[in-house]
Amino acid sequence: MGNINKYPNSLGIGGWAVKGRWGLERYLYTLHRITGLGILLYFLLHIFVTSSRVFGSDAWSALVLGILHHWTFQVGEYLVFAAFAFHALNGIRLILIEFGFIVGKAEEPVYPYRSSINVQRPASIIVLILAAIIAVIGGMRYFML
Amino acid sequence: MHKSSTWNLHLIAGLLLVVLLGIHMITTHLDLILTWFNIEKGKPGVEWANVIHRGQQISWMVFYIVFLGTALFHGLYGLRTIIFELGVKREKQKLITALFVIIWLGLFTIGTLAAITFRSVAMGA
Repeated sequence: MGNINKYPNSLGIGGWAVKGRWGLERYLYTLHRITGLGILLYFLLHIFVTSSRVFGSDAWSALVLGILHHWTFQVGEYLVFAAFAFHALNGIRLILIEFGFIVGKAEEPVYPYRSSINVQRPASIIVLILAAIIAVIGGMRYFML
Repeated sequence: MHKSSTWNLHLIAGLLLVVLLGIHMITTHLDLILTWFNIEKGKPGVEWANVIHRGQQISWMVFYIVFLGTALFHGLYGLRTIIFELGVKREKQKLITALFVIIWLGLFTIGTLAAITFRSVAMGA
């Protein structure tokens, strides 16, 4: 392996959001991480909660009626649902970019320069719109039905 | 960006989770709108009758075990990536990786045992 220059991550977590004039995609990066961490935290607790079904219907019903139906848990669960909608769609966008799709064609840098952001930005906006639509549908399930 | 086989696995797991977590979300979080996977239509997916119905089927048991392993890997690998980016030294990176492997194994074992045990509970119900 050749020499790789390594630089310290001097921005730290603060660099996720507030250390520069970031574009929309940078905030999507931050949101992707926050939603990922939120989903992971919920998921780790979820393993133990759902495992309690092995103790039978009484234990399960007590748990479902006692905790899962409480409004604070419903709100939290909805936030996880909305986080999933965004994280999944944005993840697909990131994978498409990783493998060279939706980044535009390579071309000579001749003035006036064309930015690949014109190709990437619509994908970011589509992700946000689709995530919002799914979040609204989920909101109907949680708060209206 | 440094590419490794585990990073590619992380991406594959992510794509797989869109499907697996999507099915889980439809079953238990959009259950009153999309009733495809529940036997008690119009009732929450966490209703005991629906839980038992899923628990009796080996396909759901396999689904939950694959879902568990994939989600744990994707989530823990993502957390490990974030921790490493904050500037963890190489010696400590190995320790953290080992710790995450142990966490993955522990939680996968607990969840898998619960899925297998619950099938016998559901079959007897």
